[in-house]
Amino acid sequence: MDFELSPEQKLILETVRRFVREEIVPLETDLDPDASELPPRHRERLVAMTKELGFYGLDIPEEYGGPGIDLTTRTLMAFEMAQHRAGLYAPCYGVFGGAGLAQLYEADDGQKERYLYPVLRGEKRGFFALTEPSGGSDPARAIRTTAVRDGDDWILDGEKTFISGADKADFGIVFARTDPELGRKGITCFLVDTDMPGFRVRRIVHTLRSTHYAAELEFNRVRVPGRNVLGEVNQGFAIANDRLSRNRIPYAAGCVGVALKAQEMAIAYAKTRKTFGDYLSTRQAVQWMIVDNEIDLRTARALTLEAAARADAGKPFRTEAAICKLVASEGASRVVDRAMQIHGGYGMTKDLPLERWYRELRIRRVGEGPNEIQRLIVARDVIGGSFH
Amino acid sequence: MTGVRLAKAWLDLDEAAIAALPGQLGVYEIGDARGGTLELGFAGGRSRFGLRSAIAEAAAKHEAARRFRYEVTMQYWSRFEELLAVYLADHGELPPGNADRGEQRVGRLGVGPSCATGD
Repeated sequence: MDFELSPEQKLILETVRRFVREEIVPLETDLDPDASELPPRHRERLVAMTKELGFYGLDIPEEYGGPGIDLTTRTLMAFEMAQHRAGLYAPCYGVFGGAGLAQLYEADDGQKERYLYPVLRGEKRGFFALTEPSGGSDPARAIRTTAVRDGDDWILDGEKTFISGADKADFGIVFARTDPELGRKGITCFLVDTDMPGFRVRRIVHTLRSTHYAAELEFNRVRVPGRNVLGEVNQGFAIANDRLSRNRIPYAAGCVGVALKAQEMAIAYAKTRKTFGDYLSTRQAVQWMIVDNEIDLRTARALTLEAAARADAGKPFRTEAAICKLVASEGASRVVDRAMQIHGGYGMTKDLPLERWYRELRIRRVGEGPNEIQRLIVARDVIGGSFH
Repeated sequence: MTGVRLAKAWLDLDEAAIAALPGQLGVYEIGDARGGTLELGFAGGRSRFGLRSAIAEAAAKHEAARRFRYEVTMQYWSRFEELLAVYLADHGELPPGNADRGEQRVGRLGVGPSCATGD
């Protein structure tokens, strides 16, 4: 696969790289090391800049006003946008804008008016609720939240966990079982307003990632109007599954981005830090760590771009998305770990971003489907057959 | 639901108590003499001496500050956000020291009735 960049891609990447290094990184000197939001005055200034550059709303489809950037270019940009302290979970602190929840583009016109457009205007926030205490790796079987028809409405009962952003959201995309006999074909997707009686954010779940925390949700006889069914009744799993595969590519790209920066830091430090009269970079033990980093990086980068290119070409990309997600999350974890080792004591401190990446990358091996599930997907596709 | 609240003992605010504070990261609550909360806050990774300096600086902003309590935690961001959400659920408004959040939203938690804590 040819990954030679076009002149346009080169220009875009140079622009994004400069933006990250000149506008984002300097601000982090004064922010809390775990911060994921910018002070409003900086945010407004930088959003104005990304709008001026034509990069605002990167993930919004062109027909809805987005810049129409293909997934390969978007992936290359994601490599750059993640190269700062908050870059893994808050690339550029969101100043390139969000796309909202991808499933909303499949909504009907009324739902788009009530949910999609307010999200794109920044007036509403949503969350995506699939995982339950009974499991998240096999949602088709694990979903126990039920939705029972009552006239024109549906009554939702159940609970969800590890749901990001729910406590500050206006609505959620919630998956519930509507036919217990049909397995994955008995799941329906609902748009649930957070002010509907019976909806409750039960608690915040504290994890290694202190900002962008998750929450536990409770649905106690929540009455949802029939017009809030997203897509077709009993076809909700397809909506969830489409999102899961596609999301794995930018998810991998973020891992590659922070690992690229960690490697850059490791090399720079090894070339300036002396031990026993010579630079660390002259020590074979350190050289080999840097070499192993480079191998992990190049592997993850190539596989992530391959997945994006296949998606752009309209080819099946489920296997490639699974491979890039697991290779990038595991490889980046090793790269950051080695970079910390090269930095010695400084690598453990909050003075450097390495410790934050180390903590957050650990989550990446579980988020968006644990890596064991990615291996199962690849095995299923490579070997064939089903894994029941 | 009591686990989400800051259920630590209140301490009198004086120089000795501040000096005895640990340098770790964590969350804190500054209170007045009447049992009210003046500010919720956290000692983050940029704080010079962790909770010791963060509480001293926060207390200095409030003339009515008479007591404080704290909790050591590395998850100081999510714990702080949780304390704000719980306070909002209990009182319908934020403490005066946290009222100016700009455009930042405070989470909505559906917590049970407040229990007597620390008094």
